[in-house]
Amino acid sequence: MAPDIDYLALAPEFTLAITAVVVLMLDLFLPRSQKYWTAIVAVLGVSFAALPLIALAVSDVGERSMLGGSFVVDDFALVLKGLFVVAGYLVLLMSVSYIESDRYYQGEFYFLMLMSILGSVVLASSRDLITLFIAIELVSQPMYLLAGWRKGDLRSNEASLKYYLLGVLASALLLYGMSFIYGLTGELTFAGIAVAGAGMAGDPAFIMALLFMIAGFGFKVSAVPFHFWAPDTYEGSPTPVTAYLSVSSKAAGFVALLVVLYSAFPEAAGVWGPAIWILAALSMTLANLIALRQTNIVRLLAYSSVAQAGFMLVPFAAAATTDAVGLGDAFAATVTYIVIYAFMNLGAFAVVIAGARKTGSGEIEGWGGLGSYAPGIGLLAAAFFFSLAGIPPLAGWLAKLVMFGAAMGAGSSWMVALAAIAAVNAVIALFYYARVVKTIWMDPVPATAPDEEVRTGSVAGSLGLAMGLSVAVVVAAGFFPSLVTFFSEATRGLAGG
Amino acid sequence: MGWFDNGWGLSLIVFLPLVGAVAVLFTPKKNEAAIKALSLGFTVVTLVLAVLLAFRFDFGAADVFQFGTSLTWIESINSGYHIGVDGISLPLLVLSAFVTVLAVIYSFNHWPEPHNPKGFMALTLVLATGMNGTFVALDLVLFFVFFELVLLPMYFQIGIWGDKAIMKIPGFNREVETRLYAAIKFFLFTLFGSAFMLLGFLALYFKSGEFGTRTFDIPGLIELAPNFTGTFAFLVFGALFLGFAVKVPMWPFHTWLPDAHTAAPTVGSVLLAAILLKLGAYGFIRISIPVLPEMAREWAPAIAILAVIGIIYGSLACLAQTDMKRLIAFSSVGHMGFVMLGIATMTPVGINAAIIGMVAHGVITGLLFFLAGSMSHRYHTRDMARLGGNMKIMPIMGGILGFTAMASLGLPGLAGFWGEFMALFGAYSPLAGLNTTLFRTAMVLGAIGTVLTAGYMLWMLQKVNLGEPSSEWEDQHFHDVDAYELTAWVPLVVAIVAIGVFPRLVLGATNDAVVSLMTKAFGG
Repeated sequence: MAPDIDYLALAPEFTLAITAVVVLMLDLFLPRSQKYWTAIVAVLGVSFAALPLIALAVSDVGERSMLGGSFVVDDFALVLKGLFVVAGYLVLLMSVSYIESDRYYQGEFYFLMLMSILGSVVLASSRDLITLFIAIELVSQPMYLLAGWRKGDLRSNEASLKYYLLGVLASALLLYGMSFIYGLTGELTFAGIAVAGAGMAGDPAFIMALLFMIAGFGFKVSAVPFHFWAPDTYEGSPTPVTAYLSVSSKAAGFVALLVVLYSAFPEAAGVWGPAIWILAALSMTLANLIALRQTNIVRLLAYSSVAQAGFMLVPFAAAATTDAVGLGDAFAATVTYIVIYAFMNLGAFAVVIAGARKTGSGEIEGWGGLGSYAPGIGLLAAAFFFSLAGIPPLAGWLAKLVMFGAAMGAGSSWMVALAAIAAVNAVIALFYYARVVKTIWMDPVPATAPDEEVRTGSVAGSLGLAMGLSVAVVVAAGFFPSLVTFFSEATRGLAGG
Repeated sequence: MGWFDNGWGLSLIVFLPLVGAVAVLFTPKKNEAAIKALSLGFTVVTLVLAVLLAFRFDFGAADVFQFGTSLTWIESINSGYHIGVDGISLPLLVLSAFVTVLAVIYSFNHWPEPHNPKGFMALTLVLATGMNGTFVALDLVLFFVFFELVLLPMYFQIGIWGDKAIMKIPGFNREVETRLYAAIKFFLFTLFGSAFMLLGFLALYFKSGEFGTRTFDIPGLIELAPNFTGTFAFLVFGALFLGFAVKVPMWPFHTWLPDAHTAAPTVGSVLLAAILLKLGAYGFIRISIPVLPEMAREWAPAIAILAVIGIIYGSLACLAQTDMKRLIAFSSVGHMGFVMLGIATMTPVGINAAIIGMVAHGVITGLLFFLAGSMSHRYHTRDMARLGGNMKIMPIMGGILGFTAMASLGLPGLAGFWGEFMALFGAYSPLAGLNTTLFRTAMVLGAIGTVLTAGYMLWMLQKVNLGEPSSEWEDQHFHDVDAYELTAWVPLVVAIVAIGVFPRLVLGATNDAVVSLMTKAFGG
């Protein structure tokens, strides 16, 4: 019997897959001067993928489950798919001028990018171990290639190799843990594991399997101590790829973590809660302290994104000691944080691309006085970096608020301690975020700065659009937090709260 | 004027400056006339609305929040756009709108270097929204957002337009421009305090859920105040204390203040001293005391001790200064010490003293910073050893400086008197149950502080204003006060006299509200 397929529910995936194939075909037949069409088709394809999402969101059918519950389109899936599509759209916009400006292989670039976006969109719906694993690999594998896209650059090669080796290690850990879970419970779907594994929280094999999986996801979200690949990979990769890695790829890791922990292992929260408490505390503290010493702006953002991962993990730690409502709060808090983080971090990377072109430098020192000759970029940089620091009225404050809220709401002294650690870290983080803004606005233009022509050159339209969209969200959500919480609240059903 | 009374008037006072900032941002940089007109227009309209508000304010019901509204804002955490003014916030709101206009006018003829009126005005306007908003917010999250909104503009004002002298960072072997050091120090200190303050707010929010719906609403939380006791309340008060005490600032959290005030451009110093310092003390009166009265009583002795240390330390530090602006900055530590001493007594007299002290400090120290700015603008130095004989060089400016210094040292008949006098008066008989000996000792030490205050103010006057001008100024021509300066300063001089001879201007608004607040908190 052929399985029941809900084509509307799968339409976003189909759209992306078809676009990817079309891009690849176009690349075969178009002459070199016409290759820009691949970019246009890729951007359009991702935009079209949003249409069925809207149709699904307004339809009355509710939860659509197929393939034996392995693939589910519920509110959580829709919100996260929406985020992945929008983030992918922004990354593509950032890529256009960057990829064109050098002799890269445009067609393959967009094909791989689209495949990775496809993986993340599938991931949001996957509700069993195999689908989840395939989806998360589909997110990562194209990135191994894209990280090394600048073939002539040694650092890009290093980035790719490091990411590949550690990524494969992470996948192995993940798969190892999954196989244990399957062996112990005899189930693949998360719903099934939740039932069959309910009484196993004390079983050493079960705990070990769970920890293996958390370690695997830890690599994907680049939490300390699984973060070692991140700074080198981020620095060596083409910047739009780095932006994608630090936002979509990281968010994919978090989505997997959310779905697996909350829907497959709710009974074992007492096991994974404390484990994540440690990851969160370590990630925030170590990454922030190391970030203080960074001189390269991309490396700074790399450590910043590790620290942000720590903040995003805080609500998970709360799940161990909270009630059903608190569980939903923690879940929604992480989703809120991911959504806001996506826009502010993408914006920050867009600014890095624009700023690096104007200053001709990836070193923070080289950015001195940028605000005097490119006030627009300077202003955007201030907006995104202070949003990352969580300063009102920029949206980052809301992310911090819900994160602190989840921690304080758990009502245990351990979580209050974690909230205090997070509070101190928020202050440390401000120092290095503010340092970038200080350099841009308060330092003189260095002698090494490029000549007038480069400095006052215009920013590519697509890049400007990406920055404009991001800043619009960051400012609007700062004043009207409901714009974000409306979506994150819709997802809490998955946590049962 | 229904629309004005049911929230629109107040919202306009808060958000018009922000609209003005956006308008300035979209004005071409070259068009300075338009930038000036926009910033002046928006702040003046804001002030007119604030004055209108004061006239329409029902002083017979000063303990009730008026002109307010309550709208849903963040539904998922039950946080609302709840605003309103009562007798406590009204004087501070008017003060804020008032000083902002004067700061804008003063800027027109005193743009700090690097010359960028557009950026400077846009930031000043954003600052105004943050300050006005803090005084009207009745929801903890909203309060937090406004409380933090002032950080960014002030950070940029200090960092971009601040003092460019090179200094050595204490404890490090590095040299850096003062403005950069002061800007980030101000930012980090305040954020450190407010991060813990936010944790305290959240703790209250979750605790309130045990007695009904979780809420961030300040009046709602005040209703629940009797339930907040024990270790929980102790820790929450501590967290809020950290946030507010850094902002006030209280000793030993004050170290950012002398650096920030001294390094900031004149208008930045004025707004910092006149309004920003008030946000912390206002937080104590608006949130800490009514929501956690039990703990306020428990913490009161500690607050009183820190306040007195602040008074004495601030005064002694003033006597050790050579830089005129830094001296004025340290004097704020002392004056805010009196404000906190008033609050620590937990009596209506003390709280009234605190509020009138804040308003007085706002107009007096604001004016002092204007003067210090204008003097260093002319002499190109703030070193008191080199200044001298200012009365002979610039008699009008010298006269205003003399007048303001007198007001600052608490001369009866001028605004500064009431806050100091009433705070000491309140300390004589603090709230029942507080250690009378301790508070009376505090009173005596505070009185010694007033003597020291008189000492350093007169000492400064003697060094700057009196005597013969040093020979280095002989051949130079000095322009006495100009029209912009007079326009900015005369209203402040008038306010100092008016509040001095007629303290009911402030106390008439605050008293009923304070009495009602204290009765609710500590019983009849």
